Formats: sequence, structure tokens, C-alpha cells
Amino acid sequence: MNPALLTIEEQARLLRSRELAPLDLVDAALGRIATLDPQLHAVPQVFAAEARERAKQLANETPGGPLWGIPWLAKDVLTTRLGRTTCGSRILENFRSPYDATVVARLEAAGAILLGKTNMDEFAMGSSTENSAWGPTRNPWNPECVPGGSSGGSAAAVAADLASFALGTDTGGSIRQPAAFCGVVGFKPTYGRVSRYGLVAFASSLDQVGPLTKTVRDAVLVYEAIAGHDAHDSTSLDKPVDRLATDGPAALRGVRVGVPRDFVAQGMDAAAAADFDATLRAAVAAGATLVDVRLERAPASIAVYYIVATAEAAANLSRFDGVRYTHRTAQAGDLATLFAASRTEGFGAEVQRRILLGTYVLSSGYYDAYYLRAQKVRTLIRRDFERAFATCDVIAMPTSPTPAFRIGERAADPLQMYLSDVFTVPANLAGLPAISIPTSTVGGLPLGVQLYAPPLGEARLLQAAEGLEAGLGFQRLGQRGAV
Amino acid sequence: MRISDQDVRHLEALAALRLAPADREPMRVHLERILEYMEQLNAVDVTGVPPTSHVLDAGNVLRDDQVVASLPVADVLRNAPDASGSFYRVPRFVGEAEAEA
Repeated sequence: MNPALLTIEEQARLLRSRELAPLDLVDAALGRIATLDPQLHAVPQVFAAEARERAKQLANETPGGPLWGIPWLAKDVLTTRLGRTTCGSRILENFRSPYDATVVARLEAAGAILLGKTNMDEFAMGSSTENSAWGPTRNPWNPECVPGGSSGGSAAAVAADLASFALGTDTGGSIRQPAAFCGVVGFKPTYGRVSRYGLVAFASSLDQVGPLTKTVRDAVLVYEAIAGHDAHDSTSLDKPVDRLATDGPAALRGVRVGVPRDFVAQGMDAAAAADFDATLRAAVAAGATLVDVRLERAPASIAVYYIVATAEAAANLSRFDGVRYTHRTAQAGDLATLFAASRTEGFGAEVQRRILLGTYVLSSGYYDAYYLRAQKVRTLIRRDFERAFATCDVIAMPTSPTPAFRIGERAADPLQMYLSDVFTVPANLAGLPAISIPTSTVGGLPLGVQLYAPPLGEARLLQAAEGLEAGLGFQRLGQRGAV
Repeated sequence: MRISDQDVRHLEALAALRLAPADREPMRVHLERILEYMEQLNAVDVTGVPPTSHVLDAGNVLRDDQVVASLPVADVLRNAPDASGSFYRVPRFVGEAEAEA
């Protein structure tokens, strides 16, 4: 058995018993990257020599915690001193970060081995990883299909066992939707639970770092290593991180699962709707009770999200100016030309569209009508969740209304692409923790279900997810002998 | 909301972008469609509803004003497209107006 196909939990057991050395795992992962990534294009930067060197150093140490010696991949929106941090953008083509993101430093301290950086939609703006300046990533279940986005490289890499886990970032579903499209687990913690220091900002009130893993248990292991307060991020929560117990399959017994049926009924693909119903039956079989909940304002989430997120993006991306650390135009001219030409040459079409949209909703005369109104509706959406969680422990929703779509299928219609985020953006607008786990496949492509929990309800959420995972019995791509 | 060609040019100026002429019309159409979709929010009654400023009940964070090490200047300037000593270098712009006049 190739050790790259194992979960973190299984690999860690073999590392502790010395049946495996860190270098065995690194070489197994590098071998799969060399074989599979030329087609997938999930990992544009691989740090082979550095990772092997680190694995050899670790071999002289006593095995540490559960991530000790485990190879992993970082989404290229997280700063690393190793290699470049491009955010999938030409404007940062040559950017070498002088510091590591807090999450990267914490994983390093835990003994995890950084193998490389994963492909993504430029500045995390997209739902398909087609908006990368370095070309699209392909879905390992079907290379004609997208892996989802924006953390599509991370999801595809974990699905194809190119690394034991990957980090992604989630502003409107960018961890959970690609996790669902690629048949892996994707977890977005409560806003502020994980430091954003070194996460290149897209929308500061929505962005959160989280793991993409093969199992819920693995997500717990990574989450525990990266969560917690960080003095470098004043929005990180200064509250203790709950240690998570696990009860295996019994974890769903007695759990009240809220189902927002009116909301879920909208725009669902028939196969995805049938899969969601089957998932609810599996939850009931595992001991859960279903409760009807109403999220009256949730259908407005996409409109609210694309106002708030683009407004914040327009402000955040003003730092890329052609002066300090970005591409600079070769055009001669005054300072205004330097700014505008460098930015226009450096940013792709979707990023420019979102900057212009964000500029519009913040501009004089439109601020109240768009931005302020959106933030008020956001309050109503948060209240809907507060009310719903008075009657249930977690809320279940599909992760995406459809399975992975074909490369190019939605590229011409940005609004259509935005609408595919309908079930994921509410968690970001309300700051809630949410996890996507794989359910089944339709037409050879995986589907996912999400669970949402109240703020800081990670322990409850992950336990319920582990119970549901056991009830669903999904087989990973690597377990099917397909790759 | 109707978005005109002039509106797009105004947004470009505000955002320090310069679209190629051929890209401007498709961008105008996309922006118009997306803003039209957002008009659904006008149907929501938000009377007396406070805007969200933070999703959780977070307060301001203060810390002691202590001097700590910052990144070495050379490491930071390594990413600059053009630098001189410990400074970023940009095209001359002070006095340009006088020179042109």
C-alpha cells in the first residue's frame, strides 16, 4: 500500500511506531505529484529538495504530535518564506514573502512538512480555479471538469493523495465547494478562530483559513494545530480552543439537525437534491432528529455577499500599486500611469470586475443604496441563524446545487458562476463554522453536504460531521484504486 | 441600474485601472447585470436594522506600545520593482506640471 493514500491519523501511527519515516511519506507524495500533477496542475510550486531535507532532519528527532512528519500543501494566498506567494496573479508573479503566515509557522512548529503551494482562482476570486494566471486545475475525478474554487488546487491535491492535507481559505465557500467537487472534507472555522496574519486579504470580514483533508478526524487534527489567538491578527478570537473528543458513529445520536427546506429547494440539480435527501436519511439512521428551520433572508445572501466582498476587495487590492512589491509596467509615463498600467497588466478580468463593482458600491451616491443596505440585510441573515439555532444543534445544507461542472462551461457568465455559491456564502456572512463532507457520487462525480453550527460551535460541528461521515461510508478516490 | 460607458470610465479612474477599449463594453454589460441582480435587496424591509460591522461581538484591541523587531529592510525591498538605498524608487512626478507648462 502506498503510504500517500493513508489518512493523517494512519500515517501518524506508522511514524510513531517507526514503521515509516518522514522521508518515506515525503517521497511517496513527491512521487504522486511527479506522476499526476502534469495533468491536474494543482501544485504549480513544489519544494522537493527543501521538503526532503526537512524530513531527514525530523528523522533525528523524537516523533512529536499528530502532524509530525506529515507532508502538506499551502494555498498560494498564504505567505511562505519558501518559494513565491503569487495568489494566482501576474501582479505577484515574483513576490517572495519575507515572513511566514501564522498558520504556516504553526504547522512548521508542529513538525508538518511543507511540500509546495497550490493553484487557486486569482486572489481567491472564483468558484472553479479557472481564474488562475497559471492556468486551470483539473478535477481528479474527471479531468474535463473543474475542481471548484477558489481553493481548487488544494482540493484536487488532497483528492489525488498528492499530500496528506492542504490548507485553503474560505471567503464565500472557497474551501467547502471545492472539497465537495473533489470528494474530500473541507472545514471553515468560525470567523476569527484562525489567524489571518499572512493570508493575503480578499474580504477581511469574511476570510478564514481552514483545512482540506481526507477525513473529519484529520480536519480536527489540522484545526487544533492552527486555531487560536494570534497577536498579529487583532480580529483573531482570544478564547481557548476546545479539544475535541470523538464518539465515532454515535456522535449523531440525539443531535437535532435543522433543515432549511424552502431555501434548499431553490435551483437544485435533481441528482443533488436526491443525494441531499439520502444524506438526511443517513443522518436519521445514525440517530439524528430532523427539525424544520426557516432561513427567510438566506436567498438574499448572494446579493449581499457580492456587495460586501467586492467592496472589501476594492479597498484591500488598492495596495497592489506597482511600487512596493508587485509587477511594474514597462510603459513610460507619470505616476498615475504607473499605478493604472501596472494594475491593469497585473490583474485578470475577474479581479478587475470585482474591483470595479466594489468601487461602484462604495462610491459617492451609491454607498447607502448598496453597501449600507447590504450590511443591514446581513444583520437579518445573522438573526435568521440565531433563531434557527434556538431549535437545532447544527443545520444541514447541500454544499453546491450541482456537482462539478465542465471547464469553460460557466466562464462567460460571471453572475451564473456567483449563483453557484448560494449554499456556502451564508456561513461567511454570519461568521459561522461550517464543514463539507463527501456524500456519494453521481455520474462519476462526488457530491457534498454541509453542516453549519453556531459561532465557536466547532466541537459540536465536528462531532456531528464525524458521525454523519461514518453513516455515509463514502469511499475516497484513493480507496477506489482509480488513481 | 443602467451603467453607461462614462460610468465605467469613472470607476476605472477611481480604481486606478485602465481597461482596453475592447474590454470596456463587455465589462459594462457584466456590471449592469450584476447590479440589476442586487436590486432584489431593495425589496427587503431594513427599517431600524443596524448594519453589521463585525459578525461576532468583538471589541477594540489595545496593546502596550512596545518596540519589537520589524522585518529587515533589505528583505522587504527585495520585492520592489525599483529601489535605491532604503527607498522605493518611482518616476519623477514632483514638478512635472511645471515642466509641461
